[in-house]
This record gives sequence, C-alpha cells and structure tokens, in this order.
Amino acid sequence: MGADSPAPALLAASWLIAKKDLAIELRTRSAFLSVVVFTLLGLAIFFFAWDPTAVSAMDLAPGVLWMTFSFAGLLGLHRSFGVELEDRAMDALLIAPVDREAIYLGKAIANTIFVAAVLVIAVPAVALFYNLPLTRTIPALGGIALLAAIGLVAVGTLFSAMAVNTRMAELLLPMLSLPFFVPIVLASAQASTRLLAGRPFAEALSWIKILIAFDIVFAVACTVAFPHTLEE
Amino acid sequence: MTTVQAPAPTPVAAPGATRPIFDWLLVLAVLGVIGAGIRIVLFTPFEAKQGAAQKIYYIHVPAALSTYFALTVAACMSIVYRWLHDERADRLAESAGEVALLFATVVLTTGPIWGKPIWGAWWTWDARLTLTLFLWFVTAAYLVLRGAVDDHAMRARYSAVLAILATLLIPFIHLSVYLFRTLHPMPIVLKPERPSLPAEMLTTFLLSVGAFAFFAAALMRARYRLALLREQAEAA
Repeated sequence: MGADSPAPALLAASWLIAKKDLAIELRTRSAFLSVVVFTLLGLAIFFFAWDPTAVSAMDLAPGVLWMTFSFAGLLGLHRSFGVELEDRAMDALLIAPVDREAIYLGKAIANTIFVAAVLVIAVPAVALFYNLPLTRTIPALGGIALLAAIGLVAVGTLFSAMAVNTRMAELLLPMLSLPFFVPIVLASAQASTRLLAGRPFAEALSWIKILIAFDIVFAVACTVAFPHTLEE
Repeated sequence: MTTVQAPAPTPVAAPGATRPIFDWLLVLAVLGVIGAGIRIVLFTPFEAKQGAAQKIYYIHVPAALSTYFALTVAACMSIVYRWLHDERADRLAESAGEVALLFATVVLTTGPIWGKPIWGAWWTWDARLTLTLFLWFVTAAYLVLRGAVDDHAMRARYSAVLAILATLLIPFIHLSVYLFRTLHPMPIVLKPERPSLPAEMLTTFLLSVGAFAFFAAALMRARYRLALLREQAEAA
C-alpha cells in the first residue's frame, strides 16, 4: 500500500469504507435508533433540571442540546470501531490495499453522516420541546451543529479506534474525548445562544472562528495521528 | 487489531538499577521544599492587603510552573518516542505525566484555599482555573489510558498520540475559556515588564520555584527508576 497515493485515490478509498459502515448501519439500524431515542430522552429530561420560571427555555436550549449531543455522539462513536472487533474485521481492513489514513477518514465520514442524521432529528426536536422560533433555530443551530459535528467526530473517531483495544473501552472513550469536546461545546453553546437571541452574527463570529479552527486543526492532526496508533 | 505480537522488550541492563535504591536526590529535593516552606512561613513579610493568605502564592505558582515543566517533558518525550521509538522516552513521558498530575493537584487545592478569603468563593469558572482543571482531566485520562493497555508497544503508541493531541488542545481550551471570562490575578513576575514584587518576596518566590522544580525533577527520576525496575521484574 502506497503511503503517498494521490488525494483522489485516498478519498475514493475513504468513501468505500464510509459506504461499508453506512451500509451496516442502514441494514441493522441498531445504533441510529438508540442514539436518536437517547438524544430525545436527554432533551426531555434536562428540561426538568432547571426551574423554567427562573431560566428561560431560550437560554437553556442550546446548552442542553450541546450536552446531549456530545454524549449521544460518544454512543455512536463507540460503535464505529466496536463493530470491527467482531471476527477481527479490523485485521481485514488493515490488510486491505488502502492507506491507513483512508480507514480513519472513511470511519470519520461515516460518523459525520451518522451524527448529522441524528442532528436532523435533534435540532427540530429541541425547537419543539423548548418552544423556539423554528425559522431562526434551524439555520442557526444547523450550521453550528455541522461545525461541531466535524470536530467531535474528528477527535472521537481516533479515540474510538484506541479505546476499543483497551480493557475499559466504554469508560475510556468519554474520559479521553470529553476534555477535547470542551472547546466545541463551549463555542457552539455560546454562538448558538447569541444567534437564537437574535443578536447580530458578528457577536457569535469569534466563537464560530474557534469552531472552524478546531475542526481544521483536529481533522488534520487526527488523520496524521491515526496510522501512528497502529503497528508499523 | 494487533495480531502480530510486538517483540518482547529486551531487559535494559542499566547499571545500578536493580539494586534497591536509596534516592539521595529525592531526599535533597524534599529538604529543599521544606527549606523553602520555612522561609515562606517565618522569613517572608506579610502582604499588606491579603495578609497570610498571600503566602500560598509561593506554593501555588511554583507548583503551577512545575506542572507546566512536567507536562512539557511529557509532551516532548512523546514526540521523541514517536520519532525514535526509544522506550526510555516513553518511560520518561509516563513519569512526567504522573508528576504533572501531582503538581496540578497541588495547584487545584491551594488555589481554592486562597480563593475563599480573597475572592469569597472556593471556585469560579475563570479561564485559568478551567484550563488547569481540564489539564488535570487530560493528564488523568492519559494515566488511565496507560493503565488500560497491556501491550507495551501499543501503550507507548497510544499515550504518545494522546499527549501530542493534548498539546494541540491546550490553546483551544485556553482561548475559549478566556473568551468566556477571566478573573484570575495577572502574572506579577513572569510578565514583559520588571517583576513588581518586593525584593524579599521575590527571593522567597524564586527559591520556592527552584525548590519545586528540583523536587519535580527528582520525583520524575525516582518514578523513572521505578518504571525500569518494574519492567525488569516483569521480564524476569
């Protein structure tokens, strides 16, 4: 396998792997349904954690969405490499004639699509549950959600690959990932609170810049780092 | 998945490492910290406004600097390990990680003790506090990860990757929590202008920084030797 295959070949190989993962998910629907239900449950339960007369639902909603979203993301990410444990499927992936970066990118693409699909349900749900104006919510939260999803998946996919080979995968994945989610959750919550409140876009801009920078830095760093987690 | 078993680590024949060790350097370092403590308590004037509470500064800031020192060693050694695949670098990174967690714990305990009388609150979600807290979490995760992988080579690879990514994370947490809010006192010694600390206090502070850094280095060395002994015991 050539470590320096041209970019289109790398992307084609990544897409093949992503398609494989999505096909598995589409046929079993095991993770998607449970993650969607988990997200809806989280949105509903968090509502009762605050006194609605003290904190307005509008202020509450973004924080609730991002917390629930990051935990739900972890559930989905855990499966990403978890499915490769069975019958040692990971070995087959590793001997496949593709770059190792393509394995990571493929998994990350599949995870991004997975998480985005969860968000397609979660964002309108949060608007519904927290009585937010739909016209403002969907573009504001949707755009930020996509940026947040990329960063979350970039880091989480790499840690999922590492965590499955350890003795306490279920515990270690959140432990490794959550500190890395801090800038994502903080920036998305701050940006979306401002946009939902109808503040000018410029007020949310510095937070969105942090999100974009995080996505770029960690998408590149994790792609480069992934082969280093594997045996040479 | 790793099917190919990594070659068993060849026992490193470091001279003198198998003997039960009495760590003179560590004893010296502890004496240094005790000496600094005596100077802090007895021979340094009280600060006019904060009184006795300010004296924690001589422990808090040196401990924070030692944390950064140990974390820098851990990050650099992780990069060196990825580059040279030298087991010594991995062992040193592990030792530095443990020492960093210890000093970060000191920082996070002494901070609230000062914060309660001065700020009126044990904890606030200030930029530096939050950053230190998350550094503590990442360091703890690093050590837990190390404990959860049995294979030597895999453990070294995983922890090196985590340490390098954590280094990239620090500016992001710092920037985002700084934008969020900050309340922490600004540096009074490590700043572009001259230190604004009276000479006596500055001497105490610098002595304490030296003592803590020396203590951190001695602990790292002790921990490194322990790791070596453990590996030799496992290989035997």
